[in-house]
Amino acid sequence: MSPDPVVDALKIESVHKAFGSFVALQSIDLTITPGEMVCFVGPSGCGKTTLLRIIAGLERQTSGRVVQNGRDVSDAPPAARDYGIVFQSYALFPNLTIADNVAYGLVNRRRGRAEIVARVKELLTLVGLPDAGGKYPGQLSGGQQQRIALARALATSPSLLLLDEPLSALDAKVRERLRGEIRALQRRLKVTTIMVTHDQEEALSMSDRVVVMRHGAIEQIGSPQDVYERPATPFVADFLGKVNVLKGVSSGPGRYRVGQTELDLPVDGFAPGDAVRIYLRPEDRHIEGDLTQLPNRLSGRVDHIEYLGTVCLAEVMCERLGCSMVVSMSLNQLHDLGIREGGDLVFALRTDRVRVFGEALAT
Amino acid sequence: MTGMATPLPAPRIRLSRRILAESLAMHGGLWLVCAGLFVFLSLPLATLLIRSFEDKAGAFVGLANFVQYVQTPALARSTLNTLTFACLTTLITLPLAFAFAYAIQRTRIPAKGLWRSIALIPILAPSLMAALSFIYLFGNQGALKFVLGWFGVATIYGLPGMVLAMSFAAFPHAVMILLAAMALSDARLYEAAESMGTRAWRRFLTITLPGAKYGLISAAMVVFTMAVSEFGVPKVIGGNYPVLAIDIYKQVIGQQNFQMGAVVGLVLLLPAVIAFAVDQQVRRRQQALMTARSVPYVPRRSRGRDRVALAFVILVSAAMLTVMGMAVFGSFVKLWPYNLALTLAHYTYGFEEANVEHAYRNSLVMAAWCAAFGAAITFAGAYWVEKTRGAELLRPLIRLQAMLPMAVPGMVLGIGYILFFNAPANPLNFLYGTMAILVVCTVVHFYSSSHLTAVTALKQLDAEFESVSASLKVPFYKTFWRVTVPVCLPTILDISRYYFVNAMTTISAVVFLYSPKTMLAAISILQLDEAGAIGSAAAMATLIVATSAVVTVVTLAAESLLLARTQKWRVQART
Repeated sequence: MSPDPVVDALKIESVHKAFGSFVALQSIDLTITPGEMVCFVGPSGCGKTTLLRIIAGLERQTSGRVVQNGRDVSDAPPAARDYGIVFQSYALFPNLTIADNVAYGLVNRRRGRAEIVARVKELLTLVGLPDAGGKYPGQLSGGQQQRIALARALATSPSLLLLDEPLSALDAKVRERLRGEIRALQRRLKVTTIMVTHDQEEALSMSDRVVVMRHGAIEQIGSPQDVYERPATPFVADFLGKVNVLKGVSSGPGRYRVGQTELDLPVDGFAPGDAVRIYLRPEDRHIEGDLTQLPNRLSGRVDHIEYLGTVCLAEVMCERLGCSMVVSMSLNQLHDLGIREGGDLVFALRTDRVRVFGEALAT
Repeated sequence: MTGMATPLPAPRIRLSRRILAESLAMHGGLWLVCAGLFVFLSLPLATLLIRSFEDKAGAFVGLANFVQYVQTPALARSTLNTLTFACLTTLITLPLAFAFAYAIQRTRIPAKGLWRSIALIPILAPSLMAALSFIYLFGNQGALKFVLGWFGVATIYGLPGMVLAMSFAAFPHAVMILLAAMALSDARLYEAAESMGTRAWRRFLTITLPGAKYGLISAAMVVFTMAVSEFGVPKVIGGNYPVLAIDIYKQVIGQQNFQMGAVVGLVLLLPAVIAFAVDQQVRRRQQALMTARSVPYVPRRSRGRDRVALAFVILVSAAMLTVMGMAVFGSFVKLWPYNLALTLAHYTYGFEEANVEHAYRNSLVMAAWCAAFGAAITFAGAYWVEKTRGAELLRPLIRLQAMLPMAVPGMVLGIGYILFFNAPANPLNFLYGTMAILVVCTVVHFYSSSHLTAVTALKQLDAEFESVSASLKVPFYKTFWRVTVPVCLPTILDISRYYFVNAMTTISAVVFLYSPKTMLAAISILQLDEAGAIGSAAAMATLIVATSAVVTVVTLAAESLLLARTQKWRVQART
């Protein structure tokens, strides 16, 4: 290995955490580079929040090391570490004004009064609430409060920003807007950021890298594109986005029998007769143009159409597969191709992103 | 992996002096709270337990003391008497308190705040004040003595007077619990029942009563425990009807028989602990009910029901005012009922003659100390337990000890204190007979409720305040001072007031611990009553009620002023 001139922002080495007999985290290894935005995503109880709290020093790991900017902080209390944190509940001090909240960590560092006032002004402008300084938290909306919490966390210019489900308590619209704002701010300040979320869409849209967790272990680490398009495990495929799962049997190199049909897929590695699960996303299909020349052509009756706005999902009963498949299309395609409930649909599978897992893996 | 290939720089944790000091303060505080409760609660109780197995010389005698207790018919009879007294009090208080709470929460009578305030007046008085009033009304010189004949009761002294007086003293405690229990009720249940055509009476039986079930059980346990451990009421109006609390006093103070006192104390502890356990169980279940989101029930107008309710509430309030007012009036008349000329003699010569002029001032001093020191220590203790990190083994130990006083009758705590602090070998022996021990004992005696109030307030704060301030490198005690205390100020004042009023009115634990110098107002009532100076006894009780009332009104007014001035954020947050 060539020596890396850049010190890792954060390095987690075989961190293990048990609460009594319950194992919350099992040997977690993770390296985060400076300026990166990483999301921990997974269902509740997967250990993502525990991991964040260990990084913050709010929980103590049972074993393993946490190294921040080359400094071992494994045993350091929170105050001896360098980070800012934002919680789902905002945790703004209700009896202090917004300005006092933002200045809370600055006052303790014995900075000049004028300097503090200027810094607070700068931060409030940064989060888009330049005039909120004199108000109390109770006078602001949830989204505004969360921006103030962000400003407070950033006030002392920490090298690491931790976000613990920061958007989960907000309305859908506010959440979506704040998503973009936080990401833009993070890019501008180039602050290394870790966000915990259970919302896969949030994870995919905001991060440089996604860490998918389950049962206290990391299932996959990769770019949003990686984890969505090339999920390493059935769990990742299932957890991020919608997926069709077809039960099949390997019948030769790249050939799989599903129901009464045989599919031609660019995936190898199974012995004939192996039971497999084939994972295909609703968008892994061709529905326009001349389909007659394409392999893996299927047809069926449209049982149900779910309108989601610009995208629609059609549930198609494919007799030859012996099961239904969900096929996605734009609203325009729906109308142009005359697809309707009760009608027939012919489509071909798009196999460049298909994942095939052995039966034993797919639990 | 990469971790092996690129050697990491040597770990350098620079724990600054401030961070070390902070963690010391965190752990130190917990140790302090735990040690304080251990020395001033657990050790005295343990001493009580040990002494019950020893003879006068301190030799271990096994169960000999208990055998002697069972074989002494007078003592065994007291046990039965105590249970009879407590059960009758509960049976009378509970239905009245339930009806009263129902009228307040579930009907549309006017002036609910007024009725509620009147019902709570007895809390401001020593429990024996009602006993004094009943003596004025039905005693040997009672104005209404003839009424007793209608019920075939020969004299008010004894069980009848005790039950009546105790019911008054316990009434507000039962009402408070039932008001809270009936405040939570789901309107949707009533709407559903009505839409199915359920009759009012059946709605009451199937929805209202089951909904209040836990409150009823809880109130019953509280009233029962109060009566079992009551000392003042039987002392004043008990006549020849001995109960356990009186026996303990006689054994310890009269005969200096500490071993037998300890045994009787343990016997007294038993029903109190059982009632406490039932209450805890019930409260836990009620919390499960409370967490469900429900639509609050708003009673509709119903002329007949509201009239009956109003009549009942007025009747109870009138009785309350009559009973409380009788003692107050009695304290100002020359010689009830023969010479009704008004006089202040009971407040001046009366106190002088009995040598208790300093008692009222002592009580004020003690109550002020309890209010200041008790509230500070209780709130800080609750904060340390709920909001700091580390020393995880200490926390359950503190929580357990914090709840213990609720299960321990004051009399039992009092003997524990004598046995523990009066031992010459105890280095804390110097506390015995001082004002300090009265303050500490009273704070410990009323610690549980105060602790729970503080914990409830702290739990309503965002759980992450401490995490946020740690991440901002602000030490926890700064956040405690700048955020936690200001936000919880109303609660701290409530706790303070609770300690003050209880310190003014309490008798049971401190009756073993006062010295001639530190004589307290509430205790002096017993002395005055025993000396036959019922006018002065009533005068002292009146002083106590007046003081508690003034302090309550003043602190409530100060609180709302404070809320308006310094807690601007709270009012605005609601809009």
